[in-house]
Amino acid sequence: MRAFAEPRDAPDALRRGALAIRRVSKVYDPNGGRIVAVDDCSLDIAPGEISMIVGPSGCGKTTLLNAVAGFHSISAGEIRLDGELLCGPGKLKAASGADRVVVFQNGALFPWKTLIENVAYGPVVQRRMRRQEALDKARHLMERAGLGLVVDKYPGEVSSGMARRAEIVRALINEPRLLLLDEPYRAMDALTKSVMHEALLKLYDETRVTIFFITHDLEEAIFLGSRIYVMTTRPCRVKKIVDVALPRPRDYRALSSESFRALLAETKQAVQEEAQKAFEVGERELA
Amino acid sequence: MRAFATAAEMFPRRSGTGGAVRRIVAASTEIRVRRGVAALSLFLLFWYVAVSLKGWLGIDVPWVGRLPSPGSVFAAWLGLIGDPGYWQSAYLSFMRVMIGFLAAMLVGIPVGLAAAINRYFYDVFYPSFEILRPIPPLAWVPLSLIFWPTQEMSIASVTFLGAFYTIVINVISGARSIDVRLIRAAQSMGATRWHLFWKVVLPATLPSIVTGAAVGMGITWEVVVAAEMISTGGHAGGGGLGFFIWNSYVGGSLQQIVVGMISIGIAGYLSSAFLRKLGELITPWLRQR
Amino acid sequence: MTVSGGREVDRGRASVLRALPLALGGRLRGAKRGLRSPHPYLMVLGIVAAVLAYWLATEVLRLPRFAKIPGPVRVVTEWLNPDPVFGVSVYSAEYYQHILYSVERVGLSFGLATALGVPLGLMTGWSQKVRDYAFPIIELLRPIPILAWVPLAVIMFSGRETPVIFLAFLASFFVTVLNTHLGVKSIDEAYFRAAACLGSSPAQIFRHVVVPGALPYIFTGLQISMGVNWFSLVAAEMVSGNFGLGYLILNSYVSMTYVTIIIGMATLGIVGALSSGLIRWLGNRLMQWRLRSIGMGGAR
Repeated sequence: MRAFAEPRDAPDALRRGALAIRRVSKVYDPNGGRIVAVDDCSLDIAPGEISMIVGPSGCGKTTLLNAVAGFHSISAGEIRLDGELLCGPGKLKAASGADRVVVFQNGALFPWKTLIENVAYGPVVQRRMRRQEALDKARHLMERAGLGLVVDKYPGEVSSGMARRAEIVRALINEPRLLLLDEPYRAMDALTKSVMHEALLKLYDETRVTIFFITHDLEEAIFLGSRIYVMTTRPCRVKKIVDVALPRPRDYRALSSESFRALLAETKQAVQEEAQKAFEVGERELA
Repeated sequence: MRAFATAAEMFPRRSGTGGAVRRIVAASTEIRVRRGVAALSLFLLFWYVAVSLKGWLGIDVPWVGRLPSPGSVFAAWLGLIGDPGYWQSAYLSFMRVMIGFLAAMLVGIPVGLAAAINRYFYDVFYPSFEILRPIPPLAWVPLSLIFWPTQEMSIASVTFLGAFYTIVINVISGARSIDVRLIRAAQSMGATRWHLFWKVVLPATLPSIVTGAAVGMGITWEVVVAAEMISTGGHAGGGGLGFFIWNSYVGGSLQQIVVGMISIGIAGYLSSAFLRKLGELITPWLRQR
Repeated sequence: MTVSGGREVDRGRASVLRALPLALGGRLRGAKRGLRSPHPYLMVLGIVAAVLAYWLATEVLRLPRFAKIPGPVRVVTEWLNPDPVFGVSVYSAEYYQHILYSVERVGLSFGLATALGVPLGLMTGWSQKVRDYAFPIIELLRPIPILAWVPLAVIMFSGRETPVIFLAFLASFFVTVLNTHLGVKSIDEAYFRAAACLGSSPAQIFRHVVVPGALPYIFTGLQISMGVNWFSLVAAEMVSGNFGLGYLILNSYVSMTYVTIIIGMATLGIVGALSSGLIRWLGNRLMQWRLRSIGMGGAR
């Protein structure tokens, strides 16, 4: 089994997706009550890596993702992708685009389109390909991802595992610089989750796309990630960064290795402290 | 740190990668009120101009040109405020609405709950209910005029019918969509059937009851006005705002027609708004943070 | 957010109306499935009991209040009479003339209301600006009961048909706009975001997200709109029409041919139910994905 080197050694062509979050703050003002979701947060994502953002629910990780994707504005600080400014002073809101595609927590496949139409959506809408061309490419990618049998089904007709996989393919067909995943496997049972993990790793090994993955599941973080960023409770700041030196490609056997256990121990305490704090405050999640 | 105030989040121009975002909602209330005022002013202006063009330039604006002018309507309204007959009509219509509506609630809520809870009752009751539903309430007017001894009772029964259907439908759908886990949770804590009904089913159905009431109220007003107009033919003692409007039409006073229309509109709106406010009070748990 | 005429959820009706033709045809197995009830016999019993009560009250016992009301036997005899006493039966041309007039009016007013109301509702749901300008005027006019417009309509529009169609149009229009608006608002924000991050322009978002996403609410709204249309049409026909089912009913009352009243009402019920059913069928055709979903949940 070939072991891949972590892409910090990879050639420049793969170095897309370097995300620099600098001193970003986000203050909500719903009905007059000031909520500081993110305060002076700085974070660097290396290109070609799977970066896991771990923290208790509602701590503001999704706010960061939304800011990067251009769904929200920020109140202060700046965010750059590969050196280009996404948002910052004077331009508080990034423009959404197919260079940073999001896979949503509860899934956002268009229910009124079939899976293949969903996957082909991006290229067609950006006018990069003709419809038939896009459908062909979509079919090809879906078959490689193990979705060959369900291409003509509607999202409502397939299992959530397949739907989530299709959503990831829908994102990857656009060859984005950054793939943003917002707790995509949160609502799944452990068995489906482990299948999904292996599927994601396979896709990652093939494309080496930069991934920004939010989760609260520490084992998932260590199994998938190249690097883990442990975040504090609201307001969101980086508490600890852990490098995951497990070799790639990884499979389930990595879960029982010594290094895995050691990493788990190292990270667990930091996460647990924050979870305890969040529990005590008991506030409703910002979603 | 620049404060994130309530200024509108502007829609950014398309980026180089071709992306664009949905228009975000957060325009300030100030801007929204200004737009509303502008729209209404334009509306009044259009009305005024359309009516006056005949006198100014001899142009006959089709349809809208034949309306009475906003000024004359306003003047008529001021005049009517002092007229006891006007208030009496309003009172009469309002009473009819109240009676029909309350009767519909008093009968409709228990019937709806019974149909939702008891399978047998539902099976026996619902088909007949459904078959008769497509018949518009007003189609019942002649039949009710034959059946009931007085005109008042005919109007009341038709009013009742209109709201009754809406309330029952909403109650049934509301009661049926109660999360079954709530019921199971209560049962596992030892709730009796009595408890279950009063403490779980009823509160959970309240939002639907409120919705049914608000919609039913609107329908009641429609029916009352219509019934007043229809059963007016010949009878002098009809009364009510519907009758008032019809009378104004027959008497050729266009301004009064419009005043009557607006009055009913206001009355209907206020009653629905009142109901909704009441609904919010009795369902405090629905208030969002 | 006002709700008048809007949020009626209407599930029970679907199952019964779908099953009615089966039940009437006597195929109880199909009816059992369609009615989703373990005992369709009870349902039939319920209907039979109601009809029986009606018959007893009017023709057998001749209860005081019911004296002048024609009983079911009389109604059915006249309705199926090749040579009807009062000129209205399944065999008379006049009957179909009335039906046709009403149906034509409904078709026209409903069609117009949908053609104007759906685009307007989509726009107000989609753009805050449009909503801010349009809603004040809509909310101002909407609470006015439709029949209150009758005198004004007669003044504004010449002829006898136009006011009637205008009134029915108005009623349908408000309902359609409101429900379409709610439909757009009901679309999960995630779909808009997904479309945006996949590189859609606003026009594409409108076409691929707003329109399909609002479709379920639009069709619920259209069913309500159809109901309201008949409601208003009948009222308008009663007040100022010639021909049409509403006119027929009122006229029968005035000329004391009471049997025709019942015939008219029953016909109204049937035609009304058919038209709503048509809308629902159309909706199901256009929204295949809902039918095929496992438990029509939200985003998956």
